[in-house]
Amino acid sequence: MKYSNEFKFDDLQGLLRFGHGQLSETCFLLLNIVDANAAKQWLSNARVTSAIETTPRPQTALHIAFSVAGLRAIGLQEALIEGFSDEFITGMTGDESRSRRLGDIGVNAPAYWEWGGDSQQVPHVLLLLYAESDGIAAWRKQVEDTLFTAAFQLISQLPTQDMGKREPFGFADGISQPNIDWANRQSTDTHQRAEYSNWLAPGEIVLGYPNEYKQYTVRPLIDPQTDALAAVLPIAEDQPALKDFARNGSYLVLRQLDQDVPGFWQFLNKATDGAPEQLAAAMVGRQLNDAPLMPTGVEKIPGVPVDDQLNQFNYVGDPRGNVCPIGAHIRRANPRTGDLPAGVTGLWTRLIRILGFGLKHPNDDLVASSRFHRLLRRGRTYGPPLSPADASKPDALIAERGLQFICLVANISRQFEFVQNAWLVNSKFAGLQNERDPLLAHRNPLNDGNSTDRFQRPDPSGPVRETCHLPQFISVRGGAYFFMPGLSALKYLASLPSTGRGHSA
Amino acid sequence: MTPQSNFMIVATVREGQLAALRDLLAGMNKSIGLADPDNALVPFGRFERLHMARFVIIEAITANDIRAYGKPPYPWQPALAFIGDCDGNRDAFLAELVKYAGAGLEILFSYCEGFPDANSRTLLQWMKAHNIKPAANYINWLGRTVVQVHEEAALHGCLIDYLQEAVTEVGKQNPRALRQKLLSHVEMQKYAGLLKLTPEQPTPWCWRIRNRLHKIGIPLILLLLSPLFLILAPFFALRLRMLERSDPELFIRPDREHIKALALLEDHDVSNQFNVFGDVKPGLFRLLTFKFLLLLTDYVARHIYNHGFLTRIKTIHFARWVFMDDNRRAFFASNYDGSHESYMDDFINKAGWGLNAAFSCAIGYPTTRWILKDGAEREQQFKYTQRRHQIPSEVWYKAYPDLTATDLARNSRIRKGVEIRQHNDEEIRAWLSEI
Repeated sequence: MKYSNEFKFDDLQGLLRFGHGQLSETCFLLLNIVDANAAKQWLSNARVTSAIETTPRPQTALHIAFSVAGLRAIGLQEALIEGFSDEFITGMTGDESRSRRLGDIGVNAPAYWEWGGDSQQVPHVLLLLYAESDGIAAWRKQVEDTLFTAAFQLISQLPTQDMGKREPFGFADGISQPNIDWANRQSTDTHQRAEYSNWLAPGEIVLGYPNEYKQYTVRPLIDPQTDALAAVLPIAEDQPALKDFARNGSYLVLRQLDQDVPGFWQFLNKATDGAPEQLAAAMVGRQLNDAPLMPTGVEKIPGVPVDDQLNQFNYVGDPRGNVCPIGAHIRRANPRTGDLPAGVTGLWTRLIRILGFGLKHPNDDLVASSRFHRLLRRGRTYGPPLSPADASKPDALIAERGLQFICLVANISRQFEFVQNAWLVNSKFAGLQNERDPLLAHRNPLNDGNSTDRFQRPDPSGPVRETCHLPQFISVRGGAYFFMPGLSALKYLASLPSTGRGHSA
Repeated sequence: MTPQSNFMIVATVREGQLAALRDLLAGMNKSIGLADPDNALVPFGRFERLHMARFVIIEAITANDIRAYGKPPYPWQPALAFIGDCDGNRDAFLAELVKYAGAGLEILFSYCEGFPDANSRTLLQWMKAHNIKPAANYINWLGRTVVQVHEEAALHGCLIDYLQEAVTEVGKQNPRALRQKLLSHVEMQKYAGLLKLTPEQPTPWCWRIRNRLHKIGIPLILLLLSPLFLILAPFFALRLRMLERSDPELFIRPDREHIKALALLEDHDVSNQFNVFGDVKPGLFRLLTFKFLLLLTDYVARHIYNHGFLTRIKTIHFARWVFMDDNRRAFFASNYDGSHESYMDDFINKAGWGLNAAFSCAIGYPTTRWILKDGAEREQQFKYTQRRHQIPSEVWYKAYPDLTATDLARNSRIRKGVEIRQHNDEEIRAWLSEI
């Protein structure tokens, strides 16, 4: 794909543009900074991968992100930290109200996490290493030089294991991704966005650019008059007198999700008398062979390449969920809604819909417009692969399997937290009757005791087909919010004075 | 049909009594953010006409914002507000409150100035004297009573429990037979006294006349005044754009602790409570525009958007806009489904123009263009100003926990499908699919 010359990729970390699919080996490290000066020195030499396209493609990649504790540890001024969003500053586990919204309750509660659960001890740094097969050990050795050893303390190495673009349950993962509109070919004006599009304004993922509201997300800006070090930083587009610490950076959400693969397939096997594929596909919204339940090619989705048939669909033709259940995981995670309900053909139909009329079914138009709630996902799996057939056997090998879920967003609360809360964990999503995401969510009952451990499949014959007593298949083992700076912001961090504070020129 | 009504009893809290009152109110809760329906002071649960109720301590936490207009803040003393939505006549409901919760209310109001006062000899008179009528009011479904909500939820539950058995016996092929099977089960349950479907009460004739007069009267008056509006329009437009360009922008980030305190009360039920309180922009022009826009809001809410949706928003149960402090301040309260973030996003994306119309004359609201444009679309600014002006409900009661407005509408459709025969198999299948 050709991009306009206008977008400068050289200051972005490459993860914002590439998933590094060809680099099958990974090493995700959670680190604490023990020597800030050594860390800065190491950082100034670190070969962090940029987003510039190279031929041949790189054989290794390195990315780095900081938690708020990490930014403090390396000496970023508190006044700048205050420019970040509340959810980043407070952290994923820093407020029980946030945990409640995210569904991190019961066995998902941060108290049981392997890492990140204690909001006072969130790891400082997340280091992501990628290499071609059999290359990760050498790459890691190269990264972990003497300075590195002096600078950081290893908190934990997160397990990762390549499963070839599948998640542990056996379904294709990471298919629905927004197509970042680097060249600004699509207007964000609501008058032109009645229908779902897969193009996404760069400002939804990268800070310092206009988002889908044509606004610049609030972020730390620096007055170069008071901080000479800021000279290395790009200019804030919306406030040209200031330097933009966050430009070309992004928030990185990491959650370690433990998947009970035998539990999933054995439950479905039992619930369906040995033919679990159909129910499993209904829960996911895709078949095991990757094909979505919705017919593809009926709708031409802007921003989906013609050859990407697995994404060439929306749910307009299936308002009641007869083809793909409303509660299917991929329908919840991205409902593919436009700004207006279906049927806008001209000014009149548009006005009618804006005023709330013209709906065909009572539960139409319950879901928010998707474009304000997209995530760029960069997760990796872990654990020994287990095929659905093997997982269904009662003697299936129990092992830790799951997903290191990673997503990149410019607004954690409007994107990641919204999707997690309003679309996945919400028992009333799109008018559903007390059921949460069949794969991802906990099964806690509602406030008045009504159960939520069900999954319903609408049926054209009338009564819904219901699967009851769904166990929880996925539990949260860790998580944190990070900030993945642009490359010049990394230079700025590396240049902070060794005292750590009060670095006026 | 029994139309709903609302009350909002407001009185200034006595100096030095605020902390004690807060403690007292906290004691009415069962858990954080949720009232105990059987609490000793106001046992909400025993009032079967009461939909939602709350106690709010109205504090002017953003009073200083008016300094941006070069004006000193208006004085304000924290006030206790008891707010609720009920079925039928307000005064009759207040009398019921006094009868069954009089002692508790007297304790609560004794923290307020002027209680008891010499002019109103009884608690009821005092409450009536301190009631403030909203400038605009929204009811999700006109005439849907609390009793109806509970009966229909029970009906739905009974059908869910029996559906599988009925399908096993009759199969899915013949929807008529399946429906018949379900209906006879419902009849048996009713006969056994386990289900009840109270028929709709006749609409009070005085309400009907008043409503009809309002429905015709407002457009008629506007029509009569239209020549005047036409003459004023250019001046209005000019002045409006002048103000929209010159009104100070207040891009102030809310305090994290303030947001944390608000969030603590949220997401314990599938619905949430919401209050905002702030100053009206100075000047007669803004006040009159505000009043006029709320008059229109009230009109469309009363006569057009009274069956499940307010423009594209289907998640609000009740909402009201109230002018206070001699029209210097405005208060808004609502009960909505889903989390706060989704409520705000729903509003911005689906009805930003409506939000602009209803709030743009309040201080701190993001700059609008021609009233309807921009405003809420300045997302971050809107969310900041909204949270900054939000105040917590010390006590919040909802008569039907776990149920959203969408659930209530579905339950009513299911009941309708029990009582009225569908035209064809297709319709029966649609009805069956909702159970």
